[in-house]
Amino acid sequence: MIVVFYILLLFMLIAAIIAVETKNLLSAVICVGAIGFGGSLIFLFLRAPDIAITQIVVEVLGLIILIRATIARDLTSISGDREFFGTVVSIVIIFLIFMAGFKVLDSLHDFGTPVYAKTEKAASQTYIEKGLEDTGATNIVSSIILDYRAYDTLGEATVLFTAVIGATVLLRKKSRKSPEVLE
Amino acid sequence: MKGMSVIVKTISSWVKVLIILFGIYIVLFGHLTPGGGFAGGVVLASSYVLLMLAFGREFVLKNLPLSLDSKLDCVGGILFIAIAILGVVFGGVFFKNCFIEYGQKFNLISAGTIPLSNIVIGLKVGASLYLVIFLLSAFRRDDSDEQSVFRSPEEIHDRAMKDEKESN
Repeated sequence: MIVVFYILLLFMLIAAIIAVETKNLLSAVICVGAIGFGGSLIFLFLRAPDIAITQIVVEVLGLIILIRATIARDLTSISGDREFFGTVVSIVIIFLIFMAGFKVLDSLHDFGTPVYAKTEKAASQTYIEKGLEDTGATNIVSSIILDYRAYDTLGEATVLFTAVIGATVLLRKKSRKSPEVLE
Repeated sequence: MKGMSVIVKTISSWVKVLIILFGIYIVLFGHLTPGGGFAGGVVLASSYVLLMLAFGREFVLKNLPLSLDSKLDCVGGILFIAIAILGVVFGGVFFKNCFIEYGQKFNLISAGTIPLSNIVIGLKVGASLYLVIFLLSAFRRDDSDEQSVFRSPEEIHDRAMKDEKESN
């Protein structure tokens, strides 16, 4: 199982490097899509099919939008060299984040042994044990997001609503009333 | 001729039914199997994106106008809050999972308000994602305009309707 993860991670790393290094915008977009699909496969192997479904569908949508955006442009390739100072700074920052990530990975528990399973009356254990009884939903993710943590879902729906309002307002041609009328 | 080639149009007109059915299945069975309102709504929205790519924007606009779509979005949001208020009415707490005694576990009709919330969230997410993608795709520079401003979705809608009238 671990080998599959490493192969997928290697695939995603190669895709990320190609996406950064290639001069063609369309192939860069396709490489970004490959990273997302690798991520959704990893979610599937980690037994989180809910997240995998959502990830793969959103990835397809995002890929289509990005491809359309790149094809619509006249300019489909980038030219010119990178700035030396900016490259050095970003490499240093990436290296620092990489080292911090190693530190965090060392302190993590092994896969399959969550931290809170050891303490009694932890929220996650309650969900796993009482979820079916309390809510009647076999899908524990549904029982959490729509019953125990329904406020979160309400907030999420509000965020989506606000995003739609923002898109509609920003992409409009002109305002309904001119500024003089408002004054 | 608007849209893509005949092959793409034929295939997508067959596949769209399957995609919509899969989206409805994911929404309806969200409380039993992996999935739920959000994932199913995104699948439903992506079926319309497929139609938009294959047949062109005007076809989708005739099928699902923007006014109806924004109404669906608002109805989804209002119904979700209505389900939360049902909890106040029947259980005394906001978002209380009432009606849980109806139906048997592992059946389609079970889990109280969770399937209802799934349907409502699926409606809302599908409608709003479709709206956002449509707005983003309609957003383009119009060089023929004297001020070279961005053309708005309403204008594209009006132009599509005008073109259709002229072609008839």
